[in-house]
Parts: sequence; C-alpha cells; structure tokens
Amino acid sequence: MAMQEKMETNIWGLLIVLALVLSVGGLVEIVPLFYLKNTMEHNKHPEIIWQREAGKALADHQPGDGMRPYSALELAGRDVYLREGCYLCHSQMVRPFRDEKERYGHYSLASESIYDHPFQWGSKRTGPDVARLGGKYSDEWHRKHLRAPRSVVPESVMPNYPWLQHNELDGETIQANMRGLQTIGVPYSDADIEAAAGQVNGKSEEDAMVAYLQVLGTMVKLDESKVYRE
Amino acid sequence: MDAVAEQKYDLGVVRWFTVMAAVYLLVGALVGVYIASELAWPVLNFDLPYITFGRLRPLHTNAVIFAFGGCILMATAFYSVQRTCGVRLWSNKLAWFTFIGWNLIIVAAVITLPLGITQSKEYAELEWPIDIAIAVVWLSYTINFIMTIANRKSSHIYVSNWFFLGMMVMITYLHVVNSLAIPVGMFKSYSIFSGVQDAMIQWWWGHNAVGFYLTAGFLGIMYYFIPKQAGRPIYSYRLSVIHFWALMFGYVWLGAHHLQYTALPDWTGSLGAAISLAMIIPSWGGAVNGMMTLSGAWDKLRTDYVLRFLIMSLAFYAMSTFEGPVMSIKTVNALSHYTDWTVGHVHSGALGWVAMIGIGAIYHLMTRVFHVEMWSTKLINAHFWTATIGTVIYIVAMWVSGIMQGLMWRAYDEYGTLAYTFAESVEAMHPYYAMRAIGGMVFLAGAALMVVNVIMTVLQSNAQGRVQQARTATASA
Repeated sequence: MAMQEKMETNIWGLLIVLALVLSVGGLVEIVPLFYLKNTMEHNKHPEIIWQREAGKALADHQPGDGMRPYSALELAGRDVYLREGCYLCHSQMVRPFRDEKERYGHYSLASESIYDHPFQWGSKRTGPDVARLGGKYSDEWHRKHLRAPRSVVPESVMPNYPWLQHNELDGETIQANMRGLQTIGVPYSDADIEAAAGQVNGKSEEDAMVAYLQVLGTMVKLDESKVYRE
Repeated sequence: MDAVAEQKYDLGVVRWFTVMAAVYLLVGALVGVYIASELAWPVLNFDLPYITFGRLRPLHTNAVIFAFGGCILMATAFYSVQRTCGVRLWSNKLAWFTFIGWNLIIVAAVITLPLGITQSKEYAELEWPIDIAIAVVWLSYTINFIMTIANRKSSHIYVSNWFFLGMMVMITYLHVVNSLAIPVGMFKSYSIFSGVQDAMIQWWWGHNAVGFYLTAGFLGIMYYFIPKQAGRPIYSYRLSVIHFWALMFGYVWLGAHHLQYTALPDWTGSLGAAISLAMIIPSWGGAVNGMMTLSGAWDKLRTDYVLRFLIMSLAFYAMSTFEGPVMSIKTVNALSHYTDWTVGHVHSGALGWVAMIGIGAIYHLMTRVFHVEMWSTKLINAHFWTATIGTVIYIVAMWVSGIMQGLMWRAYDEYGTLAYTFAESVEAMHPYYAMRAIGGMVFLAGAALMVVNVIMTVLQSNAQGRVQQARTATASA
C-alpha cells in the first residue's frame, strides 16, 4: 500500500502510472494486428488480392480475380452507404456458422476488407448481412428496393431512399476522395483517378449505390476446399 | 443556504452544466424514442433524408453520451474536485471555455449528423474539424481538473478524483487514435486504418467509451455523491483501491469481445472475452462498495428520493456488468451478436446505470448550487418510478426480441433447411419494437418531469435571489 499512498498524495505520480496502466491492453491487442502474418489471409493465400499488371485499369478486373480497390462509381456508392448510416442496420461480416453459410455464403475474411476505410463490419442486423449481396438480385430489384423497400419486401422496416435517384454525382469530389485513399495506401493509380470523373459524371447516387451493392462479395472467389482461417 | 461554498468555490459553471445535462437527457431520449418508433412504424421516416433512422441514430447516441453524459461528467467533476480538494478551480475562465466549447460541439453535432456528415464509426461519427475541437475542449477540461488537484489543500486525493482522472486520460488516448483520418474535404475524411485493424481500434474505442466515459467517469460520480447523499463514508477504502486499479487495467482489453467469430484473429477475441469475465469481480466489488455505504442507514431509501436513484443505478450497474461478461462468452455471443439483445444490454447500462446515477447527481447538485430545495419532491418521486418502469419495459422487450432473433436465424426445419427467411424474423420483431418505443416514452416522460422541476427550481432560486444572497452573506451561515 506504500505505492498507493504515494500516488494518492502526488497527482503527477498518479497521472504517470495511470497513463502506463491504461496503455497496456490497447498495445497488446492492437499493435500485433499490424505485424502478425496470420492476421491477413492473403499472406498465405496471395490469390485473394488482385495482382494488377502495369497499365491495367480497374475495369480490366474480372469478378473472382481477387480484391481490388473500388471503382469510382462503387466508391461513390460506398460514400452514400456511409452517409446514410446503412452500417447501423446491415453488417458486412459473415460468421463461420452453418446457418450463416446457407443464408449469406462463405465466411468473411480479413483480407476482404483490406481496402475498407473505415471497416463496414457493423454491429447489428436489423436487416440482413450484405457482405456477399453482389449478384443475388437484379439492378432493377435494387432500384425498387432502395426507393421503396416495402414494395419488394413487405416485412421490411427500412426507410425509403427516393432522393438517391435525383442526386447527381460530382466527378471532382470522387477524385479528391480517391486521392485521399491513395495517400493512405489504397493502390489507386493516377490513371484510375484521372478516369474517375468521366466514370461518375451524369450518374446518380442511386446508380452508385447499385454498383456498390452489386460488387460486394464478388471480387474474390473463395474455394470451399481451402481453410483460410484457424 | 451554503454561503461558504458559494464564496469559496466556482459554482457558476457547475450550475450551467447541471441544467444543460437535464435538458440534453430530454433531447437525447426524445430522439431515441423517435428512432425506436421508426423501427416499429417505418412510415415515420417520412421520406426525408434528415430524419431517417440511419442519420438520427448517431444523433441519439451523441446526444445521450456526449451531450447529457459530457455535461453531467463536467458538472460533477468540476464540483466534486473543488469540494474534495478544498480549493477553487485552477481556472474559472478555462472552465467557461470548456462549457462554451462543449456546447458548441453539441450544436455542431445537431447540425452535421442529420445532414449525413459522418465518419461512420460508431460513437465517433463527428467529422474531423469537430474531432479537433473535441480534443481541445477535452484537454481544457482535463488540465483544469489536474491543476485543481495539484493546488489542493487536502493531503490525499479522494477516490472519486482517481476515477475521473482515469477517464480523462483514457478518453484522450481513445479519441486521438480512433479519430486518425485523412481529410478529403471540409466535411469528409476516411479513417487511416482499414478492415481488421480499423475494426479492432474502433471497438477498443467503442467499448471504452462505455468502460471509461460511461463507467469510470460515472463511478467518480458514485464515489462522491452516494456518500454525500447518504451522509456516510464510503463502505470500504480497500475495495475502492481494488475496484479502481482492476478497472483501469482490465477494461481496456474488453473491446475485442465485440468481434468474436469475425475476421479478427481468434486470439484477440478470446483474450477480450477472458478478461471480460474476470471483470465481473471488480465491477461487483464496486457495486457492493456503493450499496454497503448505506449499511445502517437503509431507512433513508424510504424518504430520500435522490438516494433511490443512486442506489437503483447500482443495481442496474451490477446487473449490466454481469450480463456483459456473459454475452462475451463465445457460445452466448454466437447467439446474441448482431441482435437486439446487445441493444437491450447497452440500455440497461445507459438508462439503468448512467442515466439514473446522472439524474441522482443532478438533483443533488441542484440544491447545492442553487441554494434552494427542489421545487417538487413529488415530481422527483414520479420521475423515479417512470425512469425505472420505462427502463425495465425497454430491457425486457429487447431481451425477448434479441433472443428470438438469434434463435430464428439459426433454426432449421425437419428437412434440414433454414426454417425462417430473414424477413420473417423482421416481422416477428414488430411487437417488441413497439413495446420498446413505449418503454422509451415512459422514460422520456420522466425526463420531461425532471426538466420542469429543474427549471422551476432555478426560477424559484432566482426569484428569491438565493445565489446573490449566498455570494454576499457573511461567511458564517
């Protein structure tokens, strides 16, 4: 208790000890995630990440080729997804359970959200998981569903998003966003960013949302016979 | 009337923080009831972007955590640090800066969140310019608190101040690291972390916003206001020491339990869960410490309405700190994660513990800083029952809906296929969502009673010139 007595009578001692004690848990749990090789599955299975050859555009990527940065239109859709707070009701993280496999598909990998700043795993499923939503419904279904969810799913409690079809995208904004992501390590080429404005001009936020929702879970093709984790 | 306190301490800023805390609880609960109703009756979204669930939910959490929680933490810390150290605030001007800055941040949140300006990290939604302002104002609060302790007349630093200090240091760490982002415009930025690392950092922040802001800070309130209101010393000094250091060291690790069975490595989630279980012991030690402070004076609960709030809050604290570790056990988490059970758990902590002890502190402070009795003790009593009943209705609704959801998602029929579509599980939630909204409304009604009572008390104090009298009275009263 001598130590306790000292801290109780010396604010600076208490402050320093507290600052040290409070840092331990975070350091132990967070720092290794940046270094341990087995955190990201692509260290063992490099095919999970798309290896882009020089001169190739994002559009040259085929579904299943591996994780790539979002295209300009998809990224614009993702920005809408963030703005509207979709992550508050939809997770993007399939857990390794039988029922989730049947409902949503293969369990999610850490490497699959490598380009997600910030992550979109979510914490609540008021609506279903959307990690592998891409390709499950038609574009037309998504448009109807975004404008009036209850017109296609009567039980839904999702708000209508009729304004998305009227809001136009802005090429300069998406370029600035891509440049920001490039700075923090998302492998956009300068050519990708240059082409971005042309790819979104004239498109609506709804077009972007549909593009984003349709790419979710389709970039990488996971092999049922492989053990990616554990 | 306590003329000594009025002349010896800086109470002006405490008065304002106290009143604003009451107002923000009402506002935060109102937004909460509205979004709860949107889930029960989606027509309430009215096809307006600004009031959809996705945009208002961050406003609700920010209003209750940072507006209500922040104001009551600042009111109580600034008040109790002066009383326990026997000195004025280090800087009254800086305290006013904290008050004005914090309230401007709240105004900025009210404007930007409905506009969809968000970093989209839960409980850290505010965009980067506001984040910088938060860091500055938070440090102004922290520095003032530390320097006041440094100036103290008492030899020892009282236990409530340890808890406040722990919160201040940890929130500084959390806010700075979790908010690291690259700005791409005035109102838009991207987290510099991605995927799994971002998830871990987010929940390190997310759980410790609960563990430090809403627990350590409010335990600071508990350790000062329960002994004061009960007129007895804290039950056990040793228990306080253990409670404090175990909480400071242990709570930090818990965030990983939010990511069990996700793509976060198994070791991290399991570590988080193991320490979560161990945390039951210090948490209950703290709850016992608070409750046993009443030992020999239990009869006070019959007459003292404020004490009722404080003790009821500890009952909810004990319950939530048991429920939380149980939910972090892997097999339970597999069922409870992603469901309303989590929402229910948060609210048994937020309504039952945080709000109740905060409300108790507000009523205690009102009489001490406005130098007048509360306008109506009947209203306090009515508030106590509405708050308690509303909270219980809310939690029960979410327990039932959460467990039902979890079971429906994993149910199989006799052919070995999934028994329910997701949409069927959504439909099954409707009665419980309605029930939850009603529980929220009952709680909200209580908050409205408190605001009426607080305003009438302030008016009464002003009409009688109580603060003025306390300032000028010869310090013998």
